[in-house]
Amino acid sequence: MADFDAIVIGGGLVGTAVAYGIARLGKRPVLLDEGDIAHRASRGNFGLVWVQSKGFGVPEYQRWTRRSSDTWTEFSQELLEETGIGTGHERPGGVTICLSEEELDKRRRLMEQLHIEAGETNFDYEILTHAELKKMLPAIGPDVVGASYTRYDGHANPLYTMRALHAALLKHGGTYVPNARVESIQAAPNHFVINAGGRSFAAPRLVLGAGLGNKALGEMVGLNVPVRPVRGQIIVTERLQPVLPMPTLMMRQTVEGTIMIGESREESGFDDTTSPEIIHTLAQRAVKSFPFLRNVRIVRTWGALRVMAPDGLPIYEQSSEFPGAFVCTCHSGVTLAASHARYYAQYVMDGALPAELARFSTKRFDVQAAA
Amino acid sequence: MFKLLPDSPSERITVHVDGQAVSVPPGFTAAAAMLLHGTGSTRTTPVTGEPRAPYCMMGVCFECLLQIDGEPNQQGCLVTVAEGMRIERQLGKRKVDE
Ligand SMILES: Cc1cc2nc3c(=O)[nH]c(=O)nc-3n(C[C@H](O)[C@H](O)[C@H](O)COP(=O)(O)OP(=O)(O)OC[C@H]3O[C@@H](n4cnc5c(N)ncnc54)[C@H](O)[C@@H]3O)c2cc1C
Ligand code: FES
Repeated sequence: MADFDAIVIGGGLVGTAVAYGIARLGKRPVLLDEGDIAHRASRGNFGLVWVQSKGFGVPEYQRWTRRSSDTWTEFSQELLEETGIGTGHERPGGVTICLSEEELDKRRRLMEQLHIEAGETNFDYEILTHAELKKMLPAIGPDVVGASYTRYDGHANPLYTMRALHAALLKHGGTYVPNARVESIQAAPNHFVINAGGRSFAAPRLVLGAGLGNKALGEMVGLNVPVRPVRGQIIVTERLQPVLPMPTLMMRQTVEGTIMIGESREESGFDDTTSPEIIHTLAQRAVKSFPFLRNVRIVRTWGALRVMAPDGLPIYEQSSEFPGAFVCTCHSGVTLAASHARYYAQYVMDGALPAELARFSTKRFDVQAAA
Repeated sequence: MFKLLPDSPSERITVHVDGQAVSVPPGFTAAAAMLLHGTGSTRTTPVTGEPRAPYCMMGVCFECLLQIDGEPNQQGCLVTVAEGMRIERQLGKRKVDE
């Protein structure tokens, strides 16, 4: 039996960020990860570090997202220094493009709401006319009516981010165990034993960071984690000279020159294939926004499964039945990677989640028992 | 570096490789025409600018990207030559007309 300070289950963006964060504190985590057949949102996502559509009606989520986005630049810099791997993170601000007056009106109302709900956090935004947006993104087409802009938005390469996190985890003395699917957990308060991948691991802390796998794992340690898959499809183009100086909600140009176009939201169960209808809709909207795309080659498309809670918010909780067991899951694992590494890891090792995260507790899923 | 097989058909068509008129057998691919008449590397990569040349010749590796009749980033190994075709190296990222 190998003893560790913490066992983290799930080697995607969420689990790896938390495990790295724990190792960074000088503790010894072990990261247990399933094999290549697993559903892995971290390998199929869009790569936005996005603030301007998060947390309508839930200021706690807006603040938590902002905090991560504010931390990302430093987080990325530290990963580069520690591992030599750049995440491709940039924070030039971002826009949500509107193709009709109705869309722009709706957008304006939502941004105003975020601004009000931000309170003293202060949420700066601008609603841009076509002409104003054209100065920032000269490639927009005549069908673009306007856009919302915030300086908090950015993007990163999720695959390089994963690589950097894995490398940094190892560099800080953390252990990574692939092909170690967790089927059962022996749980006692602040004592967890797991047999996986032919080995045995023990630790006083356990973090469930296994994406869609958290539902089943949660049941083993008294945590209700009702996540479900929500599919998104993405189009990837050939590499182009820089044309998009900042990301939009549905399009971004990577540092390598590729343009990514996304992303749909579909209830498709565990089916992660693509469908021509959705790809068609995405491509149409993209060409309306940026007509030059009409002549650009698509090199691939894919589908991937988001990890979604019923209300779309992250789930952060410590088990009351088995203290020491935490769940960490969300649908914006790129955006929140910095917070998971820097803050969530610390809370886990401290053994308590702060009031700031109370809104994300599993208690919100408890149905009142009828008297 | 490359030679035609001794039993290749004697028929020829004319294409332009980097502006030079050359003759190749019909049924050749643009990538093969480049290999036969080009000068080593047929493209530079979009990120680091490294020189590259066709590799798999069957459509999977994307090492053969060429500019064909003005269209950038074509997989040269999947395009059959036609009389008068203009085949050029693909240098780095393609430009777009905004
Ligand atoms: C199309 C699409 C676009 C997206 N765009 C963005 C975006 O622009 N910005 C953003 O911030 N987020 C985006 N996301 C969301 C982001 O990808 C996810 O939030 C994030 O990847 C979730 O990471 P995860 O580690 O929780 O899950 P996953 O990546 O699914 O990883 C879970 C890991 O747990 C392992 N696992 C599961 N069960 C077990 C078990 N029993 N034992 C051991 N290991 C197990 C799996 O092998 C896997 O490696 C997008 C998602 C999709 C699908
Ligand atoms: S040479 Fe490999 S795709 Fe053309």
